[in-house]
Amino acid sequence: MILLIQYTLIFASVLSLVALGGCFSEHSGVINLGLEGVMVMGALGGALVMRALGGAPAIVIVLAVLIISALSGMAYTLLLGVASINFKADQTLVGTAMNILATAAATVIVKAVNMAANPDNVSSTIQYVQAKKAFIVKLGRFEFNWFMLVALCALILAYIILYKTKFGLRLMACGENPQAADSVGISVYRMRWAGVLISGLLGGIGGIVYITAGVSEWKFETGVAGFGFLALAVMIFGQWKPSGIGLAALLFGFFRALSNVYSGFGFLAALNIPGTVYNIMPYVISLLVLMFTSKNSRAPKAEGIPYDKSAR
Amino acid sequence: MKKSIFQNDAFQSIIAAIACIVAGLLVGYLVLLAIHPASAGEAIVTILKNFLNYPSKPAAMKYLGNTLVKTAPLLMCALSINFCYKVGLFNIGAAGQYVVGAGACLYAALALKMPWFVCLLCALIAGGIWGTVVGLLKAYANVNEVISGIMLNWIGLYLVNMLLGGVKEQASPYTLQISSVNEKALLPTLGLGTFFTNNKYVTIAVPLAVITAIAIWIVLNFTKFGYELRATGLNKEAARYAGMNEKRNIILTLAIGGALAGVAAAFLFLTGYEQWSTTQSSVPGMGFNGIAATFLGGLSPLGTIFSSYFIQHITSGGSYLDKNVYPSQISDLISAIIIYLCGFVLFFKYAMNRRYTIKRR
Repeated sequence: MILLIQYTLIFASVLSLVALGGCFSEHSGVINLGLEGVMVMGALGGALVMRALGGAPAIVIVLAVLIISALSGMAYTLLLGVASINFKADQTLVGTAMNILATAAATVIVKAVNMAANPDNVSSTIQYVQAKKAFIVKLGRFEFNWFMLVALCALILAYIILYKTKFGLRLMACGENPQAADSVGISVYRMRWAGVLISGLLGGIGGIVYITAGVSEWKFETGVAGFGFLALAVMIFGQWKPSGIGLAALLFGFFRALSNVYSGFGFLAALNIPGTVYNIMPYVISLLVLMFTSKNSRAPKAEGIPYDKSAR
Repeated sequence: MKKSIFQNDAFQSIIAAIACIVAGLLVGYLVLLAIHPASAGEAIVTILKNFLNYPSKPAAMKYLGNTLVKTAPLLMCALSINFCYKVGLFNIGAAGQYVVGAGACLYAALALKMPWFVCLLCALIAGGIWGTVVGLLKAYANVNEVISGIMLNWIGLYLVNMLLGGVKEQASPYTLQISSVNEKALLPTLGLGTFFTNNKYVTIAVPLAVITAIAIWIVLNFTKFGYELRATGLNKEAARYAGMNEKRNIILTLAIGGALAGVAAAFLFLTGYEQWSTTQSSVPGMGFNGIAATFLGGLSPLGTIFSSYFIQHITSGGSYLDKNVYPSQISDLISAIIIYLCGFVLFFKYAMNRRYTIKRR
């Protein structure tokens, strides 16, 4: 039972971090379909730091990993920003390209790093058994992970920034009606850049949390197995609001955790439902929810449309 | 007023595609340089030569055959995305339609012991159904086709892994060999293999994929149906005003797109060239590479034939790199960069057009 709660919380942390990233980007008017790729890049940055810092004090490792993952994610979203804000590219296309590129690039980089360290090692796996311990505090049988706190803070901060600050309200204006926002002196391009970069920051952190959630090594050839897309579903299920995203992340995280640990529960194992069913559940639920909510969706109205100053 | 050749759309598409390819290869070369400078030049040539790396002609022809075997499904996926894009729909769900197509044809072949044309039909129907779901959601519930497509990709992957778990080899996660269980499920070769040094994997899939591309080009450009679809894609409201049934067109488009992607899978798995791994945890890249081929081909079904071949050519070429020096994923990296750059093509065309109109004044 404790294991189930622990997994639910850690997966919910990943999902809410990444979904909040998507939320900031979409509120500014840019659809970030490349979140999956951003996660991979954040995970790569963090994993390389953990590999390098192996035995350093816990606090150093936690901070360094957080900062580097966030920066890697932000750097990677420059690709999205340049293409979709400055060059008005199709955001779906660019996002898809970023997802493919991230997995390929991360594999190439990890293999090159591994080969440089040991010519016989041509795998795309990074191990971080030692460094991973820095994130975890044992409370009895429950393993508290610092990233759970990070996710909670991110949720609260996102709520405050979006609804209680001038910056947040301006950001959202750019996703609803950029022409009107521009007419009152808000720089739409700058706001969209801010939205995109924040999504990189949160997506990058989400990536490192994901790969350290259950295992102590990661094979970068597999990317992040669709978690970025699941986070997008969480964002839609949460109707682009931080509070909704938090609850949706808990629900989706619960199903994801069930697929990991269901065999440990007598009554669930007795039902003899294949693990696949728990894996599919989040996707099916979000499809159903989309079906009933999309007619009057709360999605930012101008999302996905490149901003053109001269358009009427 | 005579138009300059630089304002010709087809010409611009070709120029843009070449620019994307050159830039993509350049970045690939830089990455190779960064990893191991001494043999970077040789490595990029190896990728570009692909089957020509074999000095003897029979061997080269045989491996050209292998490249073509994998080009056929890629082309079908690209056509699926291309067809839907013309109607204003981004069929990112092609990857999942490909997956259910694979599941259906392999199940029909290995478990039900059906002949090849029934297996092919199963793949077509399964992909079509998966596409129809996206279409229904889009037409009646206003669900964005990208999001529902992505959800269905994962649902499809998990379901197919479960379905094919019953027909896998005992000791491995791979599905049984079609040739040893049910030979009549293999696509007929019609002697095509003899052109490729008896490569038994070269089947009717290769010419069929090219014929499909031409057929789609004709349907889109020269039929009333194609005209209606393109009109719906350009302006949904105007199409409805002109008396076209836009809901029906959306559903039909995605059903056809899905069927194309489903057949793509049959074109690969019914040759026996690859087996399905029932433990794979990410959606196969074929559908996503189709996006690359579509945009690189300038969104034209005919251009897609060449771009699909090119993408597959460099992907296959990557496998000839010395694995102790360079990772073979360099090729994926190059194609990903090419797709990314394709995002700039519209801007590029716009800039080109503007340049020439200003000059004329």
